[in-house]
Amino acid sequence: MAKNTDSNVYTVLFASGMVLIVGALLAFVASSLKEKITENKRIEKQQNILYALGINENDETSVEFVSKNIVGAEFSKYITKQLVITGTEAVEDANAYLIDIKKEAEEAKNPNYKRRLPLFVGEKDGVTLYIVPVRGKGLWDAIWGYVALDNQLVVQGVYFDHQGETPGLGTNIKERFFMDDFKGEHILDGDTFKGISTSKGNADPKNLDKIDFEVDAIAGATITGDGLSAMLKKDLKMYVPYLKTLNQ
Amino acid sequence: MGLLSKKDAKLITDPLADNNPITIQVLGICSALAITAQLNASIVMAISVMFVLAMGNVVISLLRNVIPSKIRIIVQLVIAAALVIIVDQILKAFAYELSKQLSVFVGLIITNCIIMGRFEAFALANGPWRSFLDGIGNSAGYGIILVIVAFFRELLGSGTLLGYKVLGDSIEKTGVYAFGYENNGFMLLAPMALITIGIIIWVQRARNIALIEHN
Repeated sequence: MAKNTDSNVYTVLFASGMVLIVGALLAFVASSLKEKITENKRIEKQQNILYALGINENDETSVEFVSKNIVGAEFSKYITKQLVITGTEAVEDANAYLIDIKKEAEEAKNPNYKRRLPLFVGEKDGVTLYIVPVRGKGLWDAIWGYVALDNQLVVQGVYFDHQGETPGLGTNIKERFFMDDFKGEHILDGDTFKGISTSKGNADPKNLDKIDFEVDAIAGATITGDGLSAMLKKDLKMYVPYLKTLNQ
Repeated sequence: MGLLSKKDAKLITDPLADNNPITIQVLGICSALAITAQLNASIVMAISVMFVLAMGNVVISLLRNVIPSKIRIIVQLVIAAALVIIVDQILKAFAYELSKQLSVFVGLIITNCIIMGRFEAFALANGPWRSFLDGIGNSAGYGIILVIVAFFRELLGSGTLLGYKVLGDSIEKTGVYAFGYENNGFMLLAPMALITIGIIIWVQRARNIALIEHN
């Protein structure tokens, strides 16, 4: 006997059953792979931080991280100190890089919460750099990155990444031609914090002026660029009070 | 073929050439443009689509008599989406760098017209074994074009194949670069994928006149 697959009751039952089964299956897959994925993300974080510090395997135009096998060793070699800053106090914490910035930002909405700010101190070619993690919103989803500053608060390297920006447009924030523009840019105007904005028509397409607090924007990625500027302004600012004390 | 009857074998061979989903039906073009700059990304994409399409076809085919026709498109979408999420999670766990490269395109397999097209047109009307073969055939037809396009784009655009510098080192000027050869950066841009696919379509129709539509 053919079932009456057109009845409303059957349709609702089928839909509910399907959702239950598919949901359970996906939950099972996600939880059984979770450990491996978290580990991959941890390795990627180390690679990103090293990239901002200038430790990478780039050739002319590519973006290449140090390989997975050596990243752990390289990380402990170049990153000399990891700090957690609360207010103007800094405490050393060897796992500061595992602090979830997104969570901290959310907790910080509660005025009583003292936000923990991770900061990574790295040394390359005898120069000490301070690597600041940043996180913000792009057009579709989250964008984040790492900014390496020297003790004069001049940018020496950046790495940006994104969750799901538009391919070919917003995704260009993780391309060399964009990231390399940040090298040498200042974020302080004398003593005031300015940050760095992406800007169109700044009459400086070759990015020769390093104290204009601007880099050339990506065509077709206005919202991603604005989000990136806002992210740099907001997140770098939190570190400025501490970083300023380094010169004294 | 001893294993497959003639009719079944056709399910696999047809989409490879004379009824290719990309060059004849012009489906699944967007991902073919996006991820063919590198050979290994397209191979992974082809395998992912093969998994989703073959498995999905089988599941849909097994359920074809119990799926309420009113919500059949939703059911197809849920099954495709579930399989895509599984692929995405597996890639993230075992091929993290590749999954970053493919970025949104793994998720977009859900919207790949070939998948829904085969679910609706074939799996709903055929048994699981034939649906499985149809899924393998169509995704192989999709994959083979991806691989051909990626082969030329990576070779001419970056001078590499699967990341190996087959043409020599462009910075140290070894291999063909010693004679003044330069990589063609155009090949890495999406429009060149379209042009490459166009050339494949041209070659295919030139060889098989029967494929040309007459108005």
